[in-house]
Amino acid sequence: MKRVLVALLMVALAATMFVSCAKETAKSVEFIMNNGAEPQTLDPSKISGVPEHKIYMALFEGLVINDPQTSLAKPGIAESWTFSPDNTTITFKLRKSTWSDGTPITAQTVVDSWHRNLNPETGAEYAYMVNMVVKGAEDYNSGTAPKETVGIKAIDDYTFQVELIGPLPYAVDMMAHYAFAILPMHVINKLGDEWVKPGNIVGNGPFTLKEWKPQESLTVVANPKYWDAKSVKLSAITFLPIDDNLTAYNKYKAGEIDWSHGVPLALIDEVKLRPDYQVAPQVGTYYYIFNVTRKPFTDVRVRKALGMALNMSELVDKVTKGGQLATNAMVPAMAGYTPIKGNGYNVEEAKKLLAEAGFPGGVGFPKVTLLYNTSEGHKRIAEWAQENWKKNLGIEVALLNQEWATFLDTRQVSHNFDFTRAGWVGDYLDPNTFLDMFLTGSGLNDGLYSNPKYDELIKKAATMPAGSARMDTLRQAEEIMITQDQAVIPIYHYVEQDLIDLTKWEGWYANPLGSHHWKFIGPKK
Amino acid sequence: MSKFIVRRLLSIIPTLFVIVTLSFFLIRLAPGGPFSREKKIPQEVLQNILKKYNMDQPLINQYFKYMGDILRFDLGPSYTKKDHTVNELIGTAFPVSLHLGAMALGVALFLGISVGIISALNQNKWPDYAAMSVAVLGISIPLFVIGPLLMLVFALKLKWLPTSGWIGSRAGWATVILPTMTLMFPYFAYIARLSRGSIIEVARSDYIRTARAKGLKESVVIWKHILKGALLPVVTYLGPAFSGIVIGSVVVEQIFVVPGIGRIFVQSALNRDYTVIMGDVIVYSIILISANFLVDVLYSLLDPRISYK
Repeated sequence: MKRVLVALLMVALAATMFVSCAKETAKSVEFIMNNGAEPQTLDPSKISGVPEHKIYMALFEGLVINDPQTSLAKPGIAESWTFSPDNTTITFKLRKSTWSDGTPITAQTVVDSWHRNLNPETGAEYAYMVNMVVKGAEDYNSGTAPKETVGIKAIDDYTFQVELIGPLPYAVDMMAHYAFAILPMHVINKLGDEWVKPGNIVGNGPFTLKEWKPQESLTVVANPKYWDAKSVKLSAITFLPIDDNLTAYNKYKAGEIDWSHGVPLALIDEVKLRPDYQVAPQVGTYYYIFNVTRKPFTDVRVRKALGMALNMSELVDKVTKGGQLATNAMVPAMAGYTPIKGNGYNVEEAKKLLAEAGFPGGVGFPKVTLLYNTSEGHKRIAEWAQENWKKNLGIEVALLNQEWATFLDTRQVSHNFDFTRAGWVGDYLDPNTFLDMFLTGSGLNDGLYSNPKYDELIKKAATMPAGSARMDTLRQAEEIMITQDQAVIPIYHYVEQDLIDLTKWEGWYANPLGSHHWKFIGPKK
Repeated sequence: MSKFIVRRLLSIIPTLFVIVTLSFFLIRLAPGGPFSREKKIPQEVLQNILKKYNMDQPLINQYFKYMGDILRFDLGPSYTKKDHTVNELIGTAFPVSLHLGAMALGVALFLGISVGIISALNQNKWPDYAAMSVAVLGISIPLFVIGPLLMLVFALKLKWLPTSGWIGSRAGWATVILPTMTLMFPYFAYIARLSRGSIIEVARSDYIRTARAKGLKESVVIWKHILKGALLPVVTYLGPAFSGIVIGSVVVEQIFVVPGIGRIFVQSALNRDYTVIMGDVIVYSIILISANFLVDVLYSLLDPRISYK
């Protein structure tokens, strides 16, 4: 027994020594973040998620980057740009910059990179973002036209021009996205898919890849060849793939990581009291979609009644509690766009509408099922809604949860649901990203909503120049879809939830796209 | 005996074939696929991706291609971890799980047998009651409770150990302690109970009474005669314990962010990463089949009453 005790003591002693050694060698300019998941790939043409985007911003830089405070376009590899008078052509002036191996980046590199992203053989998921704005991109990407038809060209070594499918004012802001990445084509042409492996990969961002231990960590170090290397404040960043929010939170509390994205829901009451809890409105909306082809949701009065019976402010105060913004509108507030009011919380009116639809006091209302994907958070919200519909309208709603991939199949492919939970986070700052998915026949229109007047307004806005007239048109469209037709019940706008001590770090700002460019982040002086 | 071994080895092939075939079709019956997204991928873009992975072909063609590939020990590309092949993913993750499993089993054996001996020698006295209470707790408390509890005490309160991670991280080897302790707990408990029962049983047998009657020293009786006989059941338990501990580390790997095969398995199942699921199924099957096979062989070696003809 004594021996066992002695052995245990020695193990504990050795362990403490390990920990204290680790602390002594730590450098202040090394930054460790929990990235939430193992990156799927480092190849910008193939990435599709938030964790990959964070690594992309360290390793690569496109023509423009997101401003760390406003998320709008800020010069990257392009030092400036001009729009043609009709707003359909953008001409970028590139700065003289090189890859991490010293090879220069020219306008032709940009052309070849975008061609690779669009090449059907590359199988780039986010090619659709390029298809949405660049002339001829969709035809090449779907294999019906050669690459020469894409509206991009190198005027000279440092001038790059892109033709848009219309006057799209938000196109430059979109180009900070990795779908518009600039790629080291000299390496890709030589090594093929192997180019992205550690040892081969070449980048043009503020950092270069040092080491990638799958499922364990990925480390990048400052890139001396970066055009703005003098602005870079960190010497190394380590990305950890912790998907369990509780483990990540414990690690943050123990001081093992500097930034953790996302917080454990069960501990939100504790977390939100912390001074280093950062919460910022995100351009994203949490909402319920009606299947408008299913009774009783074919009746707009029923849809409105269900929406008006919910007090979203109560939900965010008492259930979600993380600082989410209660809403009755689909589009969050953004520059130049005032959110619509929607139908609001009005139980009396809701009861009246339900009675008019033939269900006074909820009598005779058929059993409907609300679908959501398995998660504690979605469950709590659904139960809250269920309780309120029963209390305020006297109707019974059943809840059904499905595992993620099954849920997506039900919602997007078979449309076999009465109404369902959904979430949408904008890829760029324009109301259009929240509205064009409700066009008749759109692949993203899961509730099968259709209103010709709505379609007309959205299509009209796509041809209008930037400005208040265009925003008004989009606003009218949203009024039709939400206030008049209640195709969906908007519930709240997402917030970005982060843990980072801003008394220790600077250059990290809460911003609408949650895009935190690494070159601005550094220790506080 | 050698005939038996050859026959058993050969029977692994059809077993694996059936497992692979069934799994191949079953996982594709689950709704959704590796490219399901909240922002659904437009049809023309999805077509490009499916074509890239040969997933636009009829399922039966995909099956024959897959079988041809695995005969060449090529488990294919991962659909979600796009920079890695399944061989690479399993090749880096499996040794980690094996490492964790071996350490946990080693500690479980050492502590389990020690506690078993102490209990048995003090039967129905307080050390026995104390040890067996711990063992009951070990068997009944699930890993997802023990893990966070140990993390809370040793990492957050006492700050002796890092919360999570693995050997490659800054905290180095200290990271292995908590996952090992968590994972070994139920096995330690079971081994302690098993060895206690078996020691008590052997201690009462005639040959031990004879040894004592001969006037042998008590320590010789315990170490040489009782333990030798009493540990047989523990040895035979090692086979299932080993496969269980390697496969069962899924939960521990999630909690402590250990880059092992269990984490990959969970993620691939949720993401419908078909090739990775298949790779994991094959690895797990091989471990299970070989562990059972080894146990059968061990039985015949250790217990003269069993023989295979």
